[in-house]
Amino acid sequence: MSDSATTTESKSWLSSVDFKTLGPAIALILLCVVGFLLNSAFLSEGNITNLLTRSAFIGIIAIGATFVITAGGIDLSVGSMAAVIAGVMIIVMNSAVEIMGTGVATVLLGCGVSVILGVGAGWANGFLTTKGKIEAFIVTLGTMGIFRSLVTYFADGGTLSLDYGIRETYRPVYYEAFFGLPVPVWVFIFVSIAGWVLLNRTAFGRYCTAIGSSESVARYSAIKVDRIKTWTYVIQGLCVAMATIIYVPRLGSASSTTGVLWELEAIAAVIIGGTVLKGGYGRIGGTILGALILTTIGNILNFTDMISNYLNGTMQGLIIIIAVWLQRADWGKKSKPKS
Amino acid sequence: MKLKTSLFVAVVTGAMALASTAIAQDQIKIGVSYPTPTHAWAAGMNWHAEQAEARLEALYPDVDLILVNSPDPGAQASAIEDLVSVHQIDALVVLPFESEPLTDPVLNVKKTGALITVVDRGLSLPGIEDIYVAGNNPELGRVSAQYMKTRLKEGDNIVVLRGIPTIIDNERFDAFMAEMEGSGVNILDHKHANWNRDDGFEVMQDFLSRFPDIDAVWAQDDDIAIGVVAALKQAGRDGDGMFVVGGAGMKETIKGIMDGETLVPVDVLYPPAMIATAMDVTVAAFKSNGPVSGRYILGATLITPENAASFYFPDSPF
Repeated sequence: MSDSATTTESKSWLSSVDFKTLGPAIALILLCVVGFLLNSAFLSEGNITNLLTRSAFIGIIAIGATFVITAGGIDLSVGSMAAVIAGVMIIVMNSAVEIMGTGVATVLLGCGVSVILGVGAGWANGFLTTKGKIEAFIVTLGTMGIFRSLVTYFADGGTLSLDYGIRETYRPVYYEAFFGLPVPVWVFIFVSIAGWVLLNRTAFGRYCTAIGSSESVARYSAIKVDRIKTWTYVIQGLCVAMATIIYVPRLGSASSTTGVLWELEAIAAVIIGGTVLKGGYGRIGGTILGALILTTIGNILNFTDMISNYLNGTMQGLIIIIAVWLQRADWGKKSKPKS
Repeated sequence: MKLKTSLFVAVVTGAMALASTAIAQDQIKIGVSYPTPTHAWAAGMNWHAEQAEARLEALYPDVDLILVNSPDPGAQASAIEDLVSVHQIDALVVLPFESEPLTDPVLNVKKTGALITVVDRGLSLPGIEDIYVAGNNPELGRVSAQYMKTRLKEGDNIVVLRGIPTIIDNERFDAFMAEMEGSGVNILDHKHANWNRDDGFEVMQDFLSRFPDIDAVWAQDDDIAIGVVAALKQAGRDGDGMFVVGGAGMKETIKGIMDGETLVPVDVLYPPAMIATAMDVTVAAFKSNGPVSGRYILGATLITPENAASFYFPDSPF
């Protein structure tokens, strides 16, 4: 018994490697090799730190998106939501200066507002999708437009800027490091662990997967489908709020160009990571790698002048497709008879 | 044949009657059409247009300026049709979203006999506009390069952050490169930062990782420059004599220049107020006793601590 098992293993070791899981990791490693060959400064501590910190925004949002997509939904409003939350945070903090000063209390107030808005907006998306029985695509397309125009309106078409006093207090949240890692990276790690546990080790995570595979079967299995689905949007909103909290101190401003196309980047990160777009199978680890891959592509393109600036989009598109192909291809399985 | 002619005469007479009623109202109606302010520069333009409207209408009670903004070229074409059919405008001031799709709609306005003023982006056919008012994109690149040359010597290194890949960006960039040629200053690389703070920040971070020795940055735009400055401060490389040149004339940048900021010591003007210039000139076409048709190319003035105050509008959103 054990003999035959070892022979099978040694014969097709390639097939025993789980490429479905490793695909995104291999793509990321290949990218890093390319980056290093272009310029050894790619692997410098500063650049790696920049990369990780940048990935935190899309990464955190994409972890929320993993829940929504796993449960068979979609949220197109996240970029606009981040922009409007950032805008309102700035307005609230600026107007709180006179009463509360420029200290930590004001920053905490801003963060509180962010969380409330994120959860509220997520709940609205979820409620309209489940109780309103409107397609998630349409609901979130609608809220995408609403949020985007609200931030344009609040900013009078221009840019909302954070008070310089608060900026000094708030700045460390983006720029300071804690045990060698910038604060946004810590937040990213924390959200990743929480997301992984929630999706893989709780009933809620199993319900999300079940609903994504078949909503009606889930309903017959006495799963409270509407409630679980609404929760996925609330988690998404909370993730957007967290991302916004670490985004605002970076440049201390929000405008109508903030967060443009973040929704597509988040969805791309989720799909590159192996989560199935039509629901029923989700992977938090893959999503994190997906977010890292997307940021690394942009970084590498800034590291080389070999490719015409106009073809950046082409390179990004090709690498995304290759990353997904690496993970979907049946590596080494062709030699094996189909069972 | 006879019937056709008489119909034609009737129509013409009718049109003339309508025209005379328009004159009888004794109001000069001027439509002002421009893109919806969805980014800072356009918001500044919107603000300046509103200021000019209030000022000109107070100055000339018989002038009626109608401001309309549109979110895309198609909507702008419809808005222009409405200005003709509903308001029967005597003049049109238009900042076209895109040249190609708006050429025909503006040509149709021209056929009604209205005076046409085109702002910033030209139309695809020559000779439609009576008045053309524009900033000077090549000059912006050239003036920036001339300033760089006064501060840098042979062997110094600069990096360039460009805008969104467009004709405007190419004009600025090509003129900059042409002016820098032969100066001995190395242009290490150029990347698109899309006239955006976040992209400016990320591209500059990568340039800083990649190039240990940078003496100056041409950010081309004030929004990009804000991202660049944040990246310099983060990397702790803002104190080693490096300087950044943006462009456009954002109020925060101009305030910084007035305060003697050394990291962004100057700015090159590409004023959103050009719409106000265009409205002034168009009104002058009805009110002045001198000829006003022609081309008004605004200077890409170098804004320095000495002249900054005259370009500072603290109430504008830009």
